[in-house]
Amino acid sequence: MSTLTQDTVSPAPASPIDKPNTMRAVKDKLATVAVYTAFLIAVIPLVWILYTVISKGAGALLNPEWWTNSQRGITARTVGGGAYHAIIGTLIQAAITAVIAVPIGVFTAIYLVEYGRGKLARAVSFMVDILTGVPSIVAALFIYTLWVTTFGFERVAFAVCLALVLLMIPVVVRSTEEMLKLVPNELREASYALGVPKWKTIMKVVLPTAFSGIVTGVLLGLARVMGETAPLLILGPPSKAINMNPFEGFMAALPTMINGERDQVVQAAYDRYWGAALTLIILVMALNIAGRLISRFNKVSR
Amino acid sequence: MAQRIDVKDLNVYYSAFKAVEGVSMSVDPRTVTAFIGPSGCGKSTFLRTLNRMHEVIPGGRVEGSVQLNGRDLYGKDVDPVAVRRTVGMVFQRPNPFPTMSIFDNVAAGMRLNGEKNKKVLQERVEKSLRGANLWNEVKDRLAKPGAGLSGGQQQRLCIARAIAVQPQVLLMDEPCSALDPISTMAIEDLINELKTEFTIVIVTHNMQQAARVSDRTAFFNLAATGKPGKLIEINDTDKIFSNPAEKATEDYISGRFG
Repeated sequence: MSTLTQDTVSPAPASPIDKPNTMRAVKDKLATVAVYTAFLIAVIPLVWILYTVISKGAGALLNPEWWTNSQRGITARTVGGGAYHAIIGTLIQAAITAVIAVPIGVFTAIYLVEYGRGKLARAVSFMVDILTGVPSIVAALFIYTLWVTTFGFERVAFAVCLALVLLMIPVVVRSTEEMLKLVPNELREASYALGVPKWKTIMKVVLPTAFSGIVTGVLLGLARVMGETAPLLILGPPSKAINMNPFEGFMAALPTMINGERDQVVQAAYDRYWGAALTLIILVMALNIAGRLISRFNKVSR
Repeated sequence: MAQRIDVKDLNVYYSAFKAVEGVSMSVDPRTVTAFIGPSGCGKSTFLRTLNRMHEVIPGGRVEGSVQLNGRDLYGKDVDPVAVRRTVGMVFQRPNPFPTMSIFDNVAAGMRLNGEKNKKVLQERVEKSLRGANLWNEVKDRLAKPGAGLSGGQQQRLCIARAIAVQPQVLLMDEPCSALDPISTMAIEDLINELKTEFTIVIVTHNMQQAARVSDRTAFFNLAATGKPGKLIEINDTDKIFSNPAEKATEDYISGRFG
């Protein structure tokens, strides 16, 4: 102790406090500038896209017909008609895709996190990685070979959904896996110590704890799938009429509506495809907001 | 209700690694037995073998026998889930279920084991919370989340949750190590009350705590890192702290190592 007090009395020759490090301050400034610049560069396209889509598409959406009518009997040059057929088509296809992909994805993630050990788990995990990298056109062509070439079925909306399922499963598996890993092991042990079997522990303790994260992951997957165009082009050519039957006839969807009107160089079609683009963005955003609300209500009130 | 435990020549392994070697001991009903010893000496591992919780970790297995009132817990026809209903456990860090309210946390064990009768649940939850000395503090906010309580309250909530399934034995793995002195005192008082009903085994790093709460104390030690932990001696707590039979015990409790 005595040596310490002596040290503080006599002026310390080379204390770091006395020597302000200008190099460090410069580095700090540089890093700050770099981070903000990167952030701005990342945000510019987002704002730009939103601005363009809203300014060019809002006009179409303000017409109430947009939400109630289809494009049936409307040629590229005629003004009017709506996107109802495409909206309902996208929603139906998204719903069917989710109904198939979510259970498979969530159960696969549960297997990988809670049960998977050894070779099989590693193989499954590897397959999911591969599936993540599959381009949508490949998934679409695969289902085409299976559905049309092998089984000889017609091209229908359900086939589109199957291709979308292939694209959605890896997203759901990976995000659910991450969320399940975040659930502390102590909670599982607490449940086991109460004499609760493993499957019930997963159902009643692990899944509810990870619920909000899983919902977010599912919605991200759904958002990706709703914007996919390749499977629609290959397995479900565009249609201008309302068709709610996924097993018969062609079903419209927003991405194909955008694509279908794109090659027309007239104002009416131009308005429509910007309108369809904005509608798609609104749908995805609405889904995200709904998901956030669901996961918020699931929590015990604080 | 409380039952005796008899352990004979128990070796505990994690895959090929022998974590604990050759433990034999008996625990009488309605007593508190404390396990002390330096870190890594296998006392927690051994505790977890008393309700087969070590099997949760991949590769965990035992040789030898653990008997609860004469029934082998590792018999071929014994379901580990049933063992854990009989031998409850409280962990080092309070771990209430974050998605559940205070009431649901205490009721969780009963509900998940199939009890649906609301009246039974309510009575048992109240009885367990009273048993854990928590009822007066939470009776007006049973619907609030368990994670909103203080650390000490959370730990008592976990004790209430453990005794709600009416086990015969209660294992406690350093239940106070994450708590402040006041909360620790509350838990120690609680242990004294609980021992009229349960057989209690507690692992602690705090030798004063072992001296305060336990009737018997077991000292574990290991020869070197990577070597299995062993039971050095078990005796009445007074004996261990005043006149231990082994030199290693004396060195440990007098603070010469560990």
